[in-house]
Amino acid sequence: MLQTDQYNINIGPIHPSTHGGLHVEAVMDGETIVDAIVHVGYVHRAVEKIAESRTYTQFIPYASRLDYLASHLPTMGYVQTVEKMLDIHVPERAEYIRIIMGEFSRIASHILFVGSLAIDLGATTGFTYCMRDREKILDLFEMTSGQRMIASYMRFGGFAEDLPEEFIPAARNFLKNIPQMFDEYNHLLSGNEILQARLKNIGVLSAEDAINYGITGPNLRASGVDYDLRKAEPYGIYDRFAFDVPLGEKGDNYDRFMVRLQEIEQSGRIITQALDQLPEGEIRAKIPRIVKPEKGLEVYHRIESAKGELGYYIVSDGGEKPYRLHVRAPSFINLMVLPLISRGGKLQDIIANIATLDPVLGEADR
Amino acid sequence: MAVNNHDEEILAKNNIIVTTFEKLWNWGRSRSFWPLSYGCNCCPIEMMASGAARFDIARYGYEVFRAASRQADVLVVAGPITAKMKPAVERVWAQMAEPKWVVAMGNCAVSGGPFVDGYSVLPGADTIFHVDVYIPGCPVRPEAPFQGLLELKKKVEKQ
Amino acid sequence: MSEYDPQDMLQELQQQMGEKLVIYQDRFFTFLHTNPGDLLALSRILRDKYGFNHLADLTAVDYIDSHGSFEIVYHLYSIPANRKIVIKTRVPANKPEIDSVFPVWPTADWQEREVYDLMGITFKNHPNLVRILMPDDYVGHPLRKDFTMRGRENVTN
Repeated sequence: MLQTDQYNINIGPIHPSTHGGLHVEAVMDGETIVDAIVHVGYVHRAVEKIAESRTYTQFIPYASRLDYLASHLPTMGYVQTVEKMLDIHVPERAEYIRIIMGEFSRIASHILFVGSLAIDLGATTGFTYCMRDREKILDLFEMTSGQRMIASYMRFGGFAEDLPEEFIPAARNFLKNIPQMFDEYNHLLSGNEILQARLKNIGVLSAEDAINYGITGPNLRASGVDYDLRKAEPYGIYDRFAFDVPLGEKGDNYDRFMVRLQEIEQSGRIITQALDQLPEGEIRAKIPRIVKPEKGLEVYHRIESAKGELGYYIVSDGGEKPYRLHVRAPSFINLMVLPLISRGGKLQDIIANIATLDPVLGEADR
Repeated sequence: MAVNNHDEEILAKNNIIVTTFEKLWNWGRSRSFWPLSYGCNCCPIEMMASGAARFDIARYGYEVFRAASRQADVLVVAGPITAKMKPAVERVWAQMAEPKWVVAMGNCAVSGGPFVDGYSVLPGADTIFHVDVYIPGCPVRPEAPFQGLLELKKKVEKQ
Repeated sequence: MSEYDPQDMLQELQQQMGEKLVIYQDRFFTFLHTNPGDLLALSRILRDKYGFNHLADLTAVDYIDSHGSFEIVYHLYSIPANRKIVIKTRVPANKPEIDSVFPVWPTADWQEREVYDLMGITFKNHPNLVRILMPDDYVGHPLRKDFTMRGRENVTN
């Protein structure tokens, strides 16, 4: 037997495939990974400390910048947390529009997931197709708020402004094209032999490990655990919509990929129902001019973000600024299992594993 | 012996262009920047969008995003530079070969952006680099890096 | 496990732990307030007997000005029974250390590292208690209330 040494290879933090500033130190024995040490914190922007010197309303743009790929979802989580603290009842029309914007954000995030998975594995064309489709959703966002990606469109009690007239026809048009979009992705990617060889049976995460390590979102459901906060603990008006929760079986990379593809379809279903049921009415509830939750009140509110369970823990001291604001970031916790699923694999599998765990480093580091 | 304008016109009509080595050099460099694919945050997503099909940075010749710092000549600082990232960026900058330029893209790179009063974001890329072009925005629209790189092109042509 | 009635569960816990456990509720959650020394035992009971297998959030709040201690908060959920509960415990500011709950919920690994990094609370028997968000050689714990942000002079190199 040859005696071999172990050596460390650094992947990142400046690397085209690390989804931001992620640094993975791969301990290799030849071609096999013995361990993967994950270093985060390269995008730590001190958001939790900054929150203590901003008013509750001033923090809304910061909430949007947490998960910037699906930015309506973290904004929705934040405004709902404060609405819980102030006991504000949001008007019906605003609730429906929140669902629509939230689910479009989820679709945009999953489309980008497919695109960046494709480009990480070397299939650049997949990336171009996905960016083309994502642009259509960004057009919808721009129509409503003027901003493409990070639209801090929600406010406490509803929205800043109502939807423009051209939004609903454009939204329905996008939804009509989803089947064609899927055809293209399936032809190009899911049925592709090379992609299947690179994703199937690689990066397997068992259901037990997933729950123990606090994994949530599509990663958890790909391991077979049926836990979606939209069904388990419905917030907003999610209990009025009929949709399925796609589950995986083995918890490998391919399952994580397929679960997200199927979630796009389910989100399309939710948006169609919301557009059909959208009532007329007020767009924003009356809220106090200065937002000051009562002293000593603390709330933990969580939503099903595109990446998993996104939670906000806010403690109030009776003032205009939060005493403590903590964000439970799904990407931060999902990255914890990267060493677990990479051990014993090859170096290129780390890239596939990172891509299918779908971390957003802005959210992970906050 | 210098060539005056009148002579230049006559030569040009006969398909002969007279120029200096520097002008030729700068003409080539300015029309094919190879940006380093660096960025961690919201702004590089819009940079990716500018490279994708709708906005298509390839029209201007700048689509060659290189990951290896030896092969790139423009460091587009897209996003905030945090305390932990600072040594990595400085190292990558040192590894880049001359000539090289820096474009600060986004409010965080220009001045620290909304996170400037935090404890971990540097107040702008110009604390560690000499920045050639500043592109403001939060996040920048994908058309903005076009204007920024075209400004850089004008700057390099005059070098 | 999931057939336990929530009120029965609280009664049993109170009987088992006696004065070491203070239970109170607000309109959102039920809180179990305990001493740092009993945290690990309570955690094991909640996970093994009552099925709270999902530690959603582990964080700390600096209450040094009000009562001279840090409060560490654990938001727990039971995925099979779809229930929630919160554990709270306090550590004094002059000796901020507590047992790590990593043996019970491995997700505490990075969450406790973050609390250590930003608040300076030490978790005993943690497998790898090093900084996670700030550079390794950073001095100070930024989320503490006495760490004031001074704007541009804040970022030391």
